[in-house]
Order: sequence, then structure tokens, then C-alpha cells
Amino acid sequence: MSFTTMLATMSVGMLRTVGIFLLTLLGSLPLGMIIMFGRKSRLTIVSGAMKILISVIRGTPLMLQLLVWYFGPYYLFGWSIKGYRYTAIIIGFVVNYACYFAEIYRGGIEAMDKGQYEAAEILGYTKSQTFFRIILPQVIKTILPSVTNEVITLVKDTSLAFTLAYQEVFSLAKQISASETSFTPFVVAGVFYFAANYVVAFIMDRIEKSMGYYS
Amino acid sequence: MILEMKNIVKHFEDCKVLHDISLGVDSGEVVSIIGRSGSGKSTLLRCATFLEKIDGGSIAYKGDTVAHTPEGAKTVYAGKKEMARVRNCFGLVFQNFNLFPHYSVLKNIMDAPVNVQKRDPASVEAEAMKLLDKMGLADKASAYPFQLSGGQKQRVAIARALALNPDILFFDEPTSALDPELTQEVLKIIRQLADEKMTMVIVTHEMNFAKAVSNRVIFMDGGYIVEEGTPAEVFDDPKQERTKRFLQNYD
Ligand SMILES: Nc1ncnc2c1ncn2[C@@H]1O[C@H](COP(=O)(O)OP(=O)(O)OP(=O)(O)O)[C@@H](O)[C@H]1O
Ligand SMILES: [Mg+2]
Repeated sequence: MSFTTMLATMSVGMLRTVGIFLLTLLGSLPLGMIIMFGRKSRLTIVSGAMKILISVIRGTPLMLQLLVWYFGPYYLFGWSIKGYRYTAIIIGFVVNYACYFAEIYRGGIEAMDKGQYEAAEILGYTKSQTFFRIILPQVIKTILPSVTNEVITLVKDTSLAFTLAYQEVFSLAKQISASETSFTPFVVAGVFYFAANYVVAFIMDRIEKSMGYYS
Repeated sequence: MILEMKNIVKHFEDCKVLHDISLGVDSGEVVSIIGRSGSGKSTLLRCATFLEKIDGGSIAYKGDTVAHTPEGAKTVYAGKKEMARVRNCFGLVFQNFNLFPHYSVLKNIMDAPVNVQKRDPASVEAEAMKLLDKMGLADKASAYPFQLSGGQKQRVAIARALALNPDILFFDEPTSALDPELTQEVLKIIRQLADEKMTMVIVTHEMNFAKAVSNRVIFMDGGYIVEEGTPAEVFDDPKQERTKRFLQNYD
């Protein structure tokens, strides 16, 4: 296999990796918000359930979670899991990252000065105006470094999709390396992950800078 | 009468912080509240501004009762809509400003009039600039709170409260977080508001200021109003032993 053919094959895997990455962010950033609100709910059933969810998800390997999401429906309910592989991967990633984001959001919100809520209340802001206009923008600024860490971890974690035999860049690298008895695919994969994280770090830095106008 | 609080009772857990406090404020009146730390001054303002719920008594703004306590029952507050309407009657200036750090000075002042009162942004901006001018901060419109001194922050906070055109303005130790040099610039603004007949209730440790600016002074101790009267009555001729002792500590 020539280098160009290999690169062409692997670039399909790269696109799939980027796909997992983007869908996971798209799903987990908002879902994390919902889980955080559930976690902070005054209904003990809701907050208790979210607490358990978060501790289970954070206490078990993502690889295991992917297997459970994929094979669980078959073993538990006897459902057919044909054509469900990609959905299982995305669900697994989204739920996992949402739980981590939920805890980051919670930390950010609990660190907010109570006076900000009180000032908003006195000025007549509704609860949702207070959250979206006053609290959230400040929370985003404070949690951005932690979010950046998670996002960078996610770039690397996408390789866990190989557990479900999904042919993203890492699985492909392993396959091609085995069949061609070559080390090059691993180098290509490594360069890809590094470059991807470089882009992520650059973008996150830009976002951080855009919020640096106040302290 | 703008504000009428009657027989206010407030507990925190088992601790009774306000015992049967009654306070009425007429239009144009400036009332100062003095008293040692922990006497319940902040709690009283927080009850008046609904940041804390009362456990007994009643609160009315401009004749509309928004909280009352039926005999032997829990205090009942008005519905959400009515509360939102009445909230419009008052403003509160905090000891530590509580400006919104992510908004510029101008946006701090304009945001609530535009997004809460739904007023026209252009006219709100014109009014906000006038207020900033009055506060001596016209050149700071586009600055952010972290770029201001404490005294400037507090003047912005006052402008922010005034921009909603409240009928009554509460101040909770507006200068306690400020260096002595910065205190005067804030007191000057409040004095100016008093001259313009703004109705105000001011919790303060600045006795000379309270004496100069108020129509009425209230001395609180242990959750009770111990003495109340004109500045001359309270400061120069206090009747109660506790008031005398408190004032002596300030001489
Ligand atoms: N959220 C709270 N929970 C429990 N106790 C409280 C709370 N807020 C105030 N207290 C208590 O209520 C009493 C009155 O407090 P308050 O803050 O009203 O006093 P203050 O007169 O404003 O004092 P200072 O001059 O120090 O500001 C104090 O004993 C205080 O410990
Ligand atoms: Mg106080």
C-alpha cells in the first residue's frame, strides 16, 4: 500500500473521529446543563437520580459504558442491535461527557457571588433573565479552562470507539499497521490527534481571550 | 405613604432577628437607621426589599399590601405579577455594589430599564448618560466595573438603581466598603438626592452624615427599634440608655 493510499484510507477514519467529536460536544454541552439542573433540583428523587448517574458514569471506564450502551439492549431486552452501533457510540460519549460537564457547570454556578442574584432580583430580572443574562456569561468565563481540558481529553477519547469496532482513525491505524506490517499508520494517527488538539487549544484560547475584557 | 411595614417579625432558624418592627416612610422623607453590628438593620432592609421573607407582620408599598400575616397563620405574599409590579417601586444599593462585572458601566445602568421595564433603548441611554453625568462619571460610560475605584462603583450602582425610577431607594451601608477618601464622594451624591426630595432609607455608620441628611433617625438594637426621632432628638438628646451608650462609642 502506498503512503497516499494509506493516507486516503485513514482520512476517512479522521472524518469519522471528527464526527464523533463534534456530535459529542453538540450533545453533551447542553445535556450537561440539564443534568446539572437535575442535580440541583429541590426534588430529591431528581437530584438523587442525577447524583447516582454522575457517580456511576464517572466511576466506570468509558470503554465499559460503550459496551453496555451497545450490547445492553440486546442482553437486557432481547432487542435487535443491527445498525445501532453508531447511535450507541454517540449516546455513550454524550452521556459520559455530559456528566463531567454537569459537575463543571455546578462548580461554576456555586462559585458565583450570591450578590449577583440579589442585585438582579432587586432590579426586577426574572429567574431566566437572571440566569441567561447575568449568571451564565460569568459562569462560562470561570469554567472555560476546565471545559478546555475536557474537550482536549475528548479528542483523545474518541479512539475508544474502536471498542465497538467502529472504524475511526485509531482502529484503522491498527488494522493497516497489522496488515502492512508498518509503523507509519500509528505515526499518522499520532500526528492527527496532535494537530486536532492544537486546533482545539487554539479555538479555546480565542474564546477565552474574547472573554478577557473584564476580570 | 410610600412604604409601610407593620409589626415585622423575622426569624433565622430559632434565632429571632426582628421583633415587632414597624416602619413607615413618607414621600420625600430620608430615614437613617443606625445601630450596632447584628442589630438587624440589614435584615430589615432585606425584608423590605423581599430578599428575605418575613415571618410576621405586613408590608405595603404605596397603599398596596403585598405581604400580610393572618391571625395565627403564616405570612402570605402577593402573586408573582403583583410582586414584580411592586418591585418596581424600590431600589437597593448594596454595601459591596454588586455591579455586573461583564457589563460596561453604561450597560449596567441600561440593561434593566431596557430588558425588565421594556423601555426604548435610545431614551434609556439618554437618561443613563444624564445620570452618569450627575454622578460625575460621564467619562466612564464604556469602562468595566473592574476598572473603577470603590467610590466610582458605588456611584454606578446608585445610577443603576435610579435608572429604574424607583419611588424609594434603600441603602445598606453604602460606604462601609470604601476608604475614607472615597466615602465622601458617595455621601455627596446621596445628599444631593436628598436635596432633590428622593425618598430614601439609609443604613449607615456615618453618624455625622445621618445627622445632616435625614429627617428621621431610627436606632435599632437587638432586633427592636429602641429610639426614633429627628436627628436633633436622637443625636443631641437621646432618651434611652441604650441609645446614649451607643452614641458615646461614636464620639
Ligand atoms: N442568613 C442568615 N442566617 C442566619 N442568621 C442571620 C442571617 N442573616 C443575618 N443573621 C443574623 O441576624 C442578626 C442581624 O443581622 P443583620 O445583618 O441584620 O445585622 P446588621 O444590623 O445589619 O449588622 P451590621 O452592622 O454588621 O451589618 C445577626 O445576629 C445575624 O447573625
Ligand atoms: Mg448589615
